[in-house]
Amino acid sequence: MTDTIKSLAALLAEGKTSSVELCRDYLARIERLNPALNAFVTVDAEKTLREAAAADARRAAGQAGVLTGVPIAHKDIFCAEGWLTTCGSKMLSNFVSPYDAHVIEQFKAAGMPCLGKTNMDEFAMGSSNETSYYGPVRNPWDTDRVPGGSSGGSAAAVAGRLAPAATGTDTGGSIRQPAALTGITGLKPTYGVVSRYGMIAFASSLDQGGPMATTAEDCALLLNVMAGFDPRDSTSLERGKEDYTRDLERPLAGLKIGLPREFFGAGLTGDTARAVEEAINQLKKLGAQTVEVGLPNSKLSVAAYYVLAPAEASSNLSRFDGVRYGYRTPEYKDLNEMYEKTRAEGFGSEVKRRIMIGAYVLSHGYYDAYYLQAQKLRRLIAQDFVEAFKQCDVILGPTAPTTAFKLGEKTADPVEMYLSDIYTIAVNLAGLPGMSLPCGFDAQGLPIGLQLIGDYFAEARMLNVAHQYQLASDWHTRAPTL
Amino acid sequence: MQWETVIGLEVHSQLSTKTKIFSGASTAFGAEPNSQACQVDLALPGVLPVLNKGAVERAIKFGLAIGAKLNRTNIFDRKNYFYPDLPKGYQISQFTLPIVEAGELTVQVEGDKPGDKAVEKTVRITRAHLEEDAGKSLHEDFHGMTGIDLNRAGTPLLEIVSEPDMRSAREAVAYAKALHTLVTWIGICDGNMQEGSFRVDANVSVRPLGQAEYGTRREIKNLNSFKFLEQAINYEVRWQIEQIEDGHRVEQATVLFDPDTGETRMMRSKEDAHDYRYFPDPDLLPVKLEEDWIEQVRATLPELPQQKQARYQADLGLSAYDASALTASRAMADYFEAVVAGLVKQDAKLAANWIMGDLSATLNREGVDIAASRIPAGQLAALLARIQDATLSGKLAKQVFEALWAGEGEVDAIIEARGLKQVSDSGALSAIIDEVLAANAKSVEEFRSGKEKAFNALVGQVMKASKGKANPAQVNELLKKKLGAG
Repeated sequence: MTDTIKSLAALLAEGKTSSVELCRDYLARIERLNPALNAFVTVDAEKTLREAAAADARRAAGQAGVLTGVPIAHKDIFCAEGWLTTCGSKMLSNFVSPYDAHVIEQFKAAGMPCLGKTNMDEFAMGSSNETSYYGPVRNPWDTDRVPGGSSGGSAAAVAGRLAPAATGTDTGGSIRQPAALTGITGLKPTYGVVSRYGMIAFASSLDQGGPMATTAEDCALLLNVMAGFDPRDSTSLERGKEDYTRDLERPLAGLKIGLPREFFGAGLTGDTARAVEEAINQLKKLGAQTVEVGLPNSKLSVAAYYVLAPAEASSNLSRFDGVRYGYRTPEYKDLNEMYEKTRAEGFGSEVKRRIMIGAYVLSHGYYDAYYLQAQKLRRLIAQDFVEAFKQCDVILGPTAPTTAFKLGEKTADPVEMYLSDIYTIAVNLAGLPGMSLPCGFDAQGLPIGLQLIGDYFAEARMLNVAHQYQLASDWHTRAPTL
Repeated sequence: MQWETVIGLEVHSQLSTKTKIFSGASTAFGAEPNSQACQVDLALPGVLPVLNKGAVERAIKFGLAIGAKLNRTNIFDRKNYFYPDLPKGYQISQFTLPIVEAGELTVQVEGDKPGDKAVEKTVRITRAHLEEDAGKSLHEDFHGMTGIDLNRAGTPLLEIVSEPDMRSAREAVAYAKALHTLVTWIGICDGNMQEGSFRVDANVSVRPLGQAEYGTRREIKNLNSFKFLEQAINYEVRWQIEQIEDGHRVEQATVLFDPDTGETRMMRSKEDAHDYRYFPDPDLLPVKLEEDWIEQVRATLPELPQQKQARYQADLGLSAYDASALTASRAMADYFEAVVAGLVKQDAKLAANWIMGDLSATLNREGVDIAASRIPAGQLAALLARIQDATLSGKLAKQVFEALWAGEGEVDAIIEARGLKQVSDSGALSAIIDEVLAANAKSVEEFRSGKEKAFNALVGQVMKASKGKANPAQVNELLKKKLGAG
């Protein structure tokens, strides 16, 4: 039985349970299962229950909102006042945030207690959750396998029902790919819809926070809380509040689904290809039509991404210097040694690799050949989508080329790991909304993800397609046995 | 060999916004260390910059004042380097596309000797860009450790970069002073050099006179007074010439000026130069300057020093020198104009003489700025009116001026109280003159025998007898009449 946040909200509204009771149940499940999954970096039952009690009091006072009292877990990339906020790094292993991210403020205002901070790839750099200073997260469907990354802790927590929902962030696929690998639903909004204030930056022009839950409908409810203009983020878009649930019940008759030929070529394993094909058939039965579209430049997206994201990261991570907060090496002779040892000891190897790549592509003499060239590619990739959306309402394809792989399977070959995001990265480069939802299982019983890509600000339409599909399928209700 | 000096200046002018360029923290000077550094200034994980429109407005104002091109789209870049007082590990600045480009400033350069005619010089301004200041590293008082004060981190700066158009320390100082006047004049900077609100870097090189290529330059960093600017350039020029004449080469470097020794010393060589890895800051959108915004800012622009100078010469008949001196600061010009406006009978030259003479001398002596003058413009105008209507002689007026400064009340009250009214009543004067002539028969005799000097002695006696209150012109006239010489 899957408890959606919608169903939990109904129970709370009917007075059949309390937030404290719900939180106790989830905390107990976390206590029991987290040692095996390692989905959480920080759990603080006392704090959670205090927030839950406050939510119950608010409900008693007749001031409850739709989701008041429903608990949620937050990716450890979001600064939360009084919570250890590590970003999966030794560098911030002692950092207790003195302030709340905009996203955290929004969930607090909605009265949703925090169940804890979830594990993640270090500074969101990774596709398997193996780069975390706090150890790898394990996939609830097979604990020898990875949950994907970088929002692997959030994905595993929701998939294992340790939390009914969680926040994630997506720079190149970090919400969608782990959602796919753990059989849950996750959404990356249009760039600028969710404020980045208080979300520790990896690649500023690509990072976007979003919801992870078991259903599209839950994602819509959560996005209603998360989204909104924030004057503290200059890239936050000044748009009116919208209700992302408004189109959920819209019939799919007349829907035009674009199928990029580049997503259905070689490299897609049999089971994934088959599951995606079946999902297309299901949507057709619901009245949708398909049209083939081309995204000719998307094959360059991984290359462009691994220039731009490291470039921004190399600069974003400069503030972690041991001077004001975070880890500082215990012994040093002078300033330079303090910097060198602090950063050598505080960062893991994948983070260092990307800082090196980023510093290199921004260097004098290389900037034009790498950074500027990648920016041009980025515009071409975005232009492909603009053309494609002239022919269709949403674009559909696989989320990831494979299902969950084994721990250690790809760590030796960074490029192999980077290709895990081959279908998701173009969406970030274009700034478009995208989501992943479960569409079946492979022969080994591992979940397969279906990716939907919407036009700018077409989250509601995308959620509509996903919700209608979920009304006609039950993949999203399946939970691993733990 | 004859050498030519080539100088370009980079001026960091702190903009007078209440809050920082990318955060809401106060920019006030002198607060407790780190009490004016908010989470954005501290570069906590996750924080983001938001551009202060007031800083952009001030840059627009400057661009308009120097007739520059305003880039309708300009962008912020990150300049990456590590330093403990640079919290983010990068400075947000403008590199490829600054807000202001290609302006110029025409300045008056004084001649070699006092009294030489000032020469006009136009200095081209390459660019002016917005950026944030860093914090301060404090190396003393921490027992071998370094203290960091981030109050200044994020303070808005306009970096104004000139072309290498100056050919002497004197020209550089004249340009720097004119720039200082301009930024304070248009109200974008408080100009306080002690507090670091206006800091100058000088790029200095020398070349054989007539050579087209520039010599290798060295940059003197962070000069915070015009005197140091002049000393540092002069020292640097001598040093560079000496190096070359001794057969050495000047290597590109950044140097510091030590006011105690009057010398420059090496800070870092070209080899140590950073690769700043500039790239557009993805946290900030390109700045768009809409035409109405520019026009709104233009409407707030006061009449500029050069416009005033031209008007003073054309409409008020002042000399270029007077016009330039009276526009040394906005407060000076405001004062001058208020005095002129207070005169019923217009005499700008009289006002100029008094302001540049007695008033300036007194202000200098007392170390008071003209804006805080103890004699308000209205009172100086009242004083000058009493000279114009012959109530006061120049000499008496000086006494009244002193009394005004001492706070003895208003002009007419002082004249009354001190009995300083000039005697212009011809009856009273005539009586005094008669007495003097009677008592100085010898002088009268001498005058009549052709000794012109004796006339002056008689004038002196009359003035003395009137206790200085006699109108000198009238005394002359009456005396001549009585002596039958007129």
